[in-house]
Amino acid sequence: MTDTTQMAGETIHDVTVRVNGIRRSAHVPARRLLSDFLRHDLELTGTHVGCEHGVCGACTVLVDGAPMRSCLMFAVTAQDHAITTVEGLCSAPDARVAPTGESMNPVQQAFAECHGLQCGFCTPGFLTTVTAYLDENPSPTSEQAREAISGNLCRCTGYQNIVKSVLRAAEIKAERADERADEQAGEESS
Amino acid sequence: MKPAPFEHHAPLSVEEAVAVLNEVGHDGKVLAGGQSLIPILNMRLASPAHLVDINRVAGLDAVEVTPGAVRVGALVRHAGLERSEEAYAALPLLRQALVNVAHPAIRNRGTTVGSIAHADAAGEMPAILALTEGVVEAAGPSGPREIPWRDFFLGALETSLEAEELAVAVRFRRFATGTGTAFVEAARRHGDYAMAGVGVAVTVTDGVVSGARASFVSVTDVPSVLDLGPALVGVEPGGDAWAAAVDAAAEAVHEHVDPEGDIHATAEYRRMLVTELTRRVLPRAVHESEHSTGESPTPSSSAQFPTHESEHSTDSGVQS
Amino acid sequence: MTTQMFGAPIRRKEDPRLVTGGGRYLDDLGHDALAAAFVRSPHAHARIVDIDASDAIDVEGVVGIYVHEDLPGRVGEPLPLLIPHPTLTHGRTGYALARDEVNHVGEPVAMVVATDRYVAEDACQRIRVTYEQLPVVVGIESARDGERLVHDDVPGNVAAHMLQEVGDVDAALATAPHTLALELDIERSACMPMEGKGVYARWDRERGELRMYSSTQTSTGVRAAVAAKLDLPLAKVECIAPDVGGGFGVKIMHPWPEEVLVPWAARLLDQPVKWAEDRREHFIGSAHERGQLQQVTVGFDDEGRVLGLDVKFWHDNGAYTPYGIIVPIITSTQLLGPYKPGAYRCEFWSLYTNTVLVTPYRGAGRPQGCFAMERTMDAIADALGLDRAEVRSRNFILPSEMPYDHGLLFQDGRPLRYDSGDFPASLAKLKQLVGWDDFADYRRSAEAEGRKVGLGIGCYVEGTGVGPYEGGHIQVETSGRVNVSTGLTSQGQGHETVFAQIVAEELGVRLEDVHVTTGDTRKMPYAVGTFASRAAVMSGSAIAIATRKVREKALRIAADALEVSPDDLEIVEGTVRVKGAPATSMSLGTVSVLSNPLRYAFDEAARAATQFAGTFDPDKPPVAEGEEPGLEGKGFYSPTQATFANGMHAAIVETDPVTAEIKILRYCVIHDCGTMINPMIVEGQVHGGVAQGVGGALYERMAYDESGQLLNASFMDFLMPYASEVPTVEADHLETPSPLNPLGIKGAGEAGCIPVSAVIASAIEDAEGFPIARMPISPNDLWELRRRHAAGEVPSLHRQANTARSSSSSSSSSSSSTSPKEPTS
Repeated sequence: MTDTTQMAGETIHDVTVRVNGIRRSAHVPARRLLSDFLRHDLELTGTHVGCEHGVCGACTVLVDGAPMRSCLMFAVTAQDHAITTVEGLCSAPDARVAPTGESMNPVQQAFAECHGLQCGFCTPGFLTTVTAYLDENPSPTSEQAREAISGNLCRCTGYQNIVKSVLRAAEIKAERADERADEQAGEESS
Repeated sequence: MKPAPFEHHAPLSVEEAVAVLNEVGHDGKVLAGGQSLIPILNMRLASPAHLVDINRVAGLDAVEVTPGAVRVGALVRHAGLERSEEAYAALPLLRQALVNVAHPAIRNRGTTVGSIAHADAAGEMPAILALTEGVVEAAGPSGPREIPWRDFFLGALETSLEAEELAVAVRFRRFATGTGTAFVEAARRHGDYAMAGVGVAVTVTDGVVSGARASFVSVTDVPSVLDLGPALVGVEPGGDAWAAAVDAAAEAVHEHVDPEGDIHATAEYRRMLVTELTRRVLPRAVHESEHSTGESPTPSSSAQFPTHESEHSTDSGVQS
Repeated sequence: MTTQMFGAPIRRKEDPRLVTGGGRYLDDLGHDALAAAFVRSPHAHARIVDIDASDAIDVEGVVGIYVHEDLPGRVGEPLPLLIPHPTLTHGRTGYALARDEVNHVGEPVAMVVATDRYVAEDACQRIRVTYEQLPVVVGIESARDGERLVHDDVPGNVAAHMLQEVGDVDAALATAPHTLALELDIERSACMPMEGKGVYARWDRERGELRMYSSTQTSTGVRAAVAAKLDLPLAKVECIAPDVGGGFGVKIMHPWPEEVLVPWAARLLDQPVKWAEDRREHFIGSAHERGQLQQVTVGFDDEGRVLGLDVKFWHDNGAYTPYGIIVPIITSTQLLGPYKPGAYRCEFWSLYTNTVLVTPYRGAGRPQGCFAMERTMDAIADALGLDRAEVRSRNFILPSEMPYDHGLLFQDGRPLRYDSGDFPASLAKLKQLVGWDDFADYRRSAEAEGRKVGLGIGCYVEGTGVGPYEGGHIQVETSGRVNVSTGLTSQGQGHETVFAQIVAEELGVRLEDVHVTTGDTRKMPYAVGTFASRAAVMSGSAIAIATRKVREKALRIAADALEVSPDDLEIVEGTVRVKGAPATSMSLGTVSVLSNPLRYAFDEAARAATQFAGTFDPDKPPVAEGEEPGLEGKGFYSPTQATFANGMHAAIVETDPVTAEIKILRYCVIHDCGTMINPMIVEGQVHGGVAQGVGGALYERMAYDESGQLLNASFMDFLMPYASEVPTVEADHLETPSPLNPLGIKGAGEAGCIPVSAVIASAIEDAEGFPIARMPISPNDLWELRRRHAAGEVPSLHRQANTARSSSSSSSSSSSSTSPKEPTS
């Protein structure tokens, strides 16, 4: 249960969520959508809101690792769950300082390489969706890649370069895994 | 598009949830996955004073496969059921239909029981409950009760569940050995509500059809089942009479459905569409029947299709 | 050595920031701001009888509630009519908050400002507005018959009536060996950027200054409009377009009511106020486009050459005309595409309806024009039994005829004169790409399998890069960092990258040292905006001009310091050096230091520029006459006319013989936008345009009922395509440089979507054997057409009779199965 207080006739809940590995809390009414909680209460504005009825997918975040629409969840329901937002996909300390190469996750890097975004507004929802997808499906075909992104709307790209980005991300992921394996092998042998 | 204020209740047990529902009555709504409810709240098309959030209720998140049924708890997400290999082996129809429910991110959150309780005849899972002659298990102030699907769906978005009752699980009945199923729908966009959809179960015994039935998406106001037996029983799939029998089955569907038109498709188009989909889906079901495992243990010959409520004391009742 | 920047598929500078959550869109700003929400009319046409806010004012957290009577002075006057074309005889604009009457569902009636959006919406729900409903005009037919009026003082609902004629059309039609008449219909759609509009304003009471942010395509336009409305000196208003989540035209319209009201409230309340449009508001409160009814009469000779073309069309401009009649003017002029029409007459009526206003959406009237022309070309080919590509080819303007003057006035009031283009070459490339000549075989084998397939084609010419002007400012810091600013805005076109490419190439610096700012009136107050595929042409050229000035100055200063002639110097990777003797060099940063004589040494670099550093000529002033301090330069580009890009598309579709579902099997594009700055970005623009075109052809339409309610005001029911609905685009390019600007470039932003409805209609028609005259088309629509065709209500194509005969004779002989050429990526 969340701790509660009253404000303006509404019960205010003390909601604590693990966001990108860090425990974050805020006092919010029960009706606060998870998307607004992340964006306005925690000021993690990387998650975008495109329709607020669950169709566009811009607000997709990972809840305990699975992609879900943050506009179709209340923050109170997310209590004690682990959320990953686009900010958490990148290991750079501050996304405002343009990160490069290794600090981006393979999906982020692939989108940048393949021109998988234009205005960038829908992009965070694609990135979270694809990141989770590739964890389960490490080497999709082109058709599978297209299907994997077919629950997210993009008005700019025509999706073609997003499909390309998914395939490229799978490659980068494999390359990085190989590199890690090589490093480990190197360490073990030395 | 922000929801109106509501009081949030987060019961930890079914009893507690039922007690809250009993207290708030018609001012309350159950929140499970929320994938149908929250858009409505965001658009303020509904503003219940109380939301009974059952996401923390213990014991509702299991998929159980029994000899006769697949029992799905109220907190099982579509994706969980879709991925359950056990459920797939027992009742392939579930996955066949579930992959058509919206998009993966919605299925990751939305619950199968919730979509059945929402009772949208444009939804896939109410149709599947009907096709499997399924049962809704409800808990209420006066204890548990079981509601056969026919008694459950009353009208568009209307069920026989009382305001103070909670649907804690549904049971999809498994089909007889030799039964193949298939589900197909046509939507304007992939993942949209279908313009029309049809699920069929065909039992083939000794090379001829011994039973066949269909249920529908978006072409009836409440989920319904049509017995295709008159058209298909006794016919050998792929045999000389098969094509005519399929046409007759499709024709029966054409007569049975009663679609309504909207901006995406007229009633006439939907009727044509579901008729054609029936033609296309039947051979698939027959194909599936060739390696069907079906209900176990082997059913009696009279139980090719579940047609009436029989005992399943092993998994009925409310978990507490 | 320097890598070539201009023309290379350079990765975007924007992306590392945008893929890591570092973007800052409108609603990502101003966490301390109050939130605005609006009560919007639920009726399409009604008189406001009473507004009762007594239940709302007590909602805890409400700061203010405003209706029209609360708006002082110019804030309460009608919104500006931005483009007052002389033929717009009955221009009408709305108010920021409706006064007395509402003319479309979604028109703002009251504004609530509260502590957050949730509370603001609570209050909106409690405001009771009493309306007296008035007769509603919905749809072009209803507007045209004029029985009911949107505005009492606009007879026949006609906002504008325009006629342009070149040659004697009546005579041409009378003497033409063949004539044909077509009735065409194209429905409404909308831009639908993923980010809605939004405004955030802060009032600085001490300084009497307003800073506002708007998700706009023109920050200078918004700034000027808001300053005028709020009666503020321009110098006291600044407007910034932050990251903008897509525009496609809807955000060039300004000032939106909210762009006036939010800054006004911020000043009134002396608190920051923000409004972020939600999706439902965007559907009913932001502009749509496309809806037209068209009548085409064409006269042509036995070879299919057009001798006379007479076009009449009726354009739905919605309830108001703040953006003038740009859309129908563009339709009427760009309709001609790559063809010589013989005598041409185009007459249109722009009509009011009780629907949200209509302003440009990517393509801006061209998709409708292209639809009319390309349907006509197909009809001519069919009437004469000729190949559709051949008929087009016979009507092409040839490269030798460039520049080609149509004798008409374009949307900017300047001559419609094509600067360049090689249409025969484009067509040859397209036919090759799609396998035009092999399609008949493919069709035969598909038909043998019981499949219906069709091939479609569409060609267009797009006037891009219209004036009046854009500017660029370049400044080199002492660190060597190059700051570039241009006033127009970015909504995903990659301006940070392409403008940096131009500067890197022209100046000789590394791409990573170039930093581009767009859409910030503090940095560049002179600008027009991002629309009409003009950014690369206009700002790109202006930036090139400015960069050349900076380069010249850098060479002059360095030449002085290195005691060589400027002609002997080159700039490579940020270093000015002597050609052939690269050791004699200095960095651009140092040149920047030298360009700015200093009194104070704030760091090591500055020390070199102080008055006591080095030697100087005591007879000369520290800043030479005619010079300015700083290594910077400004340039403006103002062309005499637009540049004309062009393209040709072809598609192969398959239609389900029973359910009439439509699948695009292949989609091919040949695109010519002159010299490409960054082919990767150009291709991305083409992909996105085609996807929007596919939406407009097969999925998207605004479904209004008779009472003016928009029935599909959500992403659930307005069917924007997902990845599952968009085909892979096979694109190839032709580069015919524009002679009009220093870089040879033409615009590319809108191109992709222009011919798609025409192409898909052409392909479906080809598959089905009867004419397609109305788009978009759904499976249900096609199924209905088939029924009408079977009932004899829809005629067969002429070639259908021929094909049917030939295919029935050949199907028995041809058993080989060919498939459409595999997409190449």
